[in-house]
Amino acid sequence: MTTVSATPPPAALPEAPQRSRPRRPPRSRGVRALRFAALLGFVVIFLIPLYVLLATSFKPLSEADPSRAWNLPQVWTMEGWRTALAALAPGLWNSVKLAVSGSVISAILGSMNGFVLSKWRFPYADAVFTAFLFGMFIPYQAVMIPLVQLMTKAHLIGGIPGLVLAHVVYGIPICTLIFRNYYTTIPNELIEAARVDGAGMLRTYASVVLPNSAPAFAVVLIWQFTSMWNDFLFAVFLTNLDSWPATVRLNNIAGSMVVPYSQQMAAAVLASLPTLLVYVLLGRYFMRGLMAGALKG
Amino acid sequence: MPDSHKVTTGGRRREAAPAAPAGPPKRRRRRRRVRHWLPGLVLLAPSIVAIGVFVYGLIGWNIRLALSSKTTDIAPARFVGLRNFTRLWSEERWILSVQHALLFTVVFVAGALLLGWLLALLLDKGIRGEGGFRAVYLFPMAISFIATGIVWRWLMNPAPAERAVGLNALFHKLGLGFLANDWWQNEHWGMAAMAIPAVWQMAGYVMALFLAGFRGVPEDLREAARVDGASELQVYRYVVFPHLRPITLAALIILGHISLKVFDLIVAMSGKQIITDVPAVYMWQMVFDAHNPAKGATIATYMLLAVAVLIVPYLIWTVRSERRG
Repeated sequence: MTTVSATPPPAALPEAPQRSRPRRPPRSRGVRALRFAALLGFVVIFLIPLYVLLATSFKPLSEADPSRAWNLPQVWTMEGWRTALAALAPGLWNSVKLAVSGSVISAILGSMNGFVLSKWRFPYADAVFTAFLFGMFIPYQAVMIPLVQLMTKAHLIGGIPGLVLAHVVYGIPICTLIFRNYYTTIPNELIEAARVDGAGMLRTYASVVLPNSAPAFAVVLIWQFTSMWNDFLFAVFLTNLDSWPATVRLNNIAGSMVVPYSQQMAAAVLASLPTLLVYVLLGRYFMRGLMAGALKG
Repeated sequence: MPDSHKVTTGGRRREAAPAAPAGPPKRRRRRRRVRHWLPGLVLLAPSIVAIGVFVYGLIGWNIRLALSSKTTDIAPARFVGLRNFTRLWSEERWILSVQHALLFTVVFVAGALLLGWLLALLLDKGIRGEGGFRAVYLFPMAISFIATGIVWRWLMNPAPAERAVGLNALFHKLGLGFLANDWWQNEHWGMAAMAIPAVWQMAGYVMALFLAGFRGVPEDLREAARVDGASELQVYRYVVFPHLRPITLAALIILGHISLKVFDLIVAMSGKQIITDVPAVYMWQMVFDAHNPAKGATIATYMLLAVAVLIVPYLIWTVRSERRG
């Protein structure tokens, strides 16, 4: 069977193999040490913002002096965290509702679409798929004003359901892409066998394809969860004070100059914690999502 | 059409023929085939409708709005042709916002590409603790631009010497005071500074892309070059790097289109200040503060055009190379 033609575009192809090469020519020892030092240097630079976030978030107001900006707190306090959590809590809860329900719906839809576009194709399926893909790249500003009008007419403006709908619809392309690319690796013989046994489309999907989809579901769920959690653009256009997700609330907390840095930083950490946790625990799948999304931003 | 598809239809045809001995076989076969693929189309229909309405329909609606006279919420929407599109270019603010977006794009794309490429190069041959390194470079990807903006606003605080916080204070402490600057509040180069947090956030992604690319080069190829007497540098220069062209292009496109749409980061860093204005923020203000739908739609259409110029050829290129196999 040839799946070559149906494999993802070049950039989506490879995942970094987990191999390390033990063979080392003696000459390269020094180069190796230099590489290691350079990599460590970059680690320090990359972690600076994280240090600032954490160190500042535990500082009491009395230590807000610029001369102590880079020091660790002398007195560690949870004050910033407590106020930040109180201010952010409704947003966090909205984000949970949004990201959990939205990513589940997206994954189900993406799975069905990916199945049809890879294993139960119809004439011009490729053209339809390409038309889908374009929707992945558009600047959402280009649909935002009519979208707000449409949502207003449908009485979906200013609430979580409207925001979920928007994320699910504009998430169709990427979810379809990931599942389609994944399903092309399922041998066609399996599909044929089910068909010979008299299974229709839904039976084939449920009994052959779905049981083999766990990794793709993980990738899509994680991808959609993080992008819905981190989204700001849709939220700022489609929600109101009560339905603001964490990002909008965070921006509001940080946007007012009277809020002390400790509280801003604590709020930023709190709002990032769920996606960071997902990343730490399921990083492997997150990576795969990024690779599949190489055809996306 | 992918080969895999041909294979399956071929198989089906063979199995369908003996089952239909009577009647004109051609028509029957066609009907059979329609009955076969139709359920797939039905299953996909909701998504086709959704994309049709929410992507293409709304883009059309937005363009119509941009071509209309609806410059206030209550103004009538008469067709005025390209008036809104041409007027924009006589506005200083618009020109500035385009220049800002371009400067940001150049610095961000070049910065993220170079840094990501360098990190992948350093990691390519495997090193102790590689997983840890990769995790550190990638973690900013998991954070929202809003949270990123909050930390970097602190880091790139432009306050002068004795009141300096953030990186300026660090520079003074380390005796590197000459590095202290006014960051994104600089009138000419502010957007270059604005690109730094974006590079911090996306460089790890580019690293992951390039690392996959480096390792997609078969070891035999490298080995063959070594046997031919190539130095390690030459192996990279003549064997590995040429293999990275498609990935470089993909990274370029991805970073480019993120960059042209940049919005969250700017809002979190500086709010709506003119000094860091970009089309996306301008458009947002036209909708929320100025209540000028036609102008907002016009800016949005320009943004779509900018992205389309980048994306459409790329999509066609990918679909074509996918067909070529």
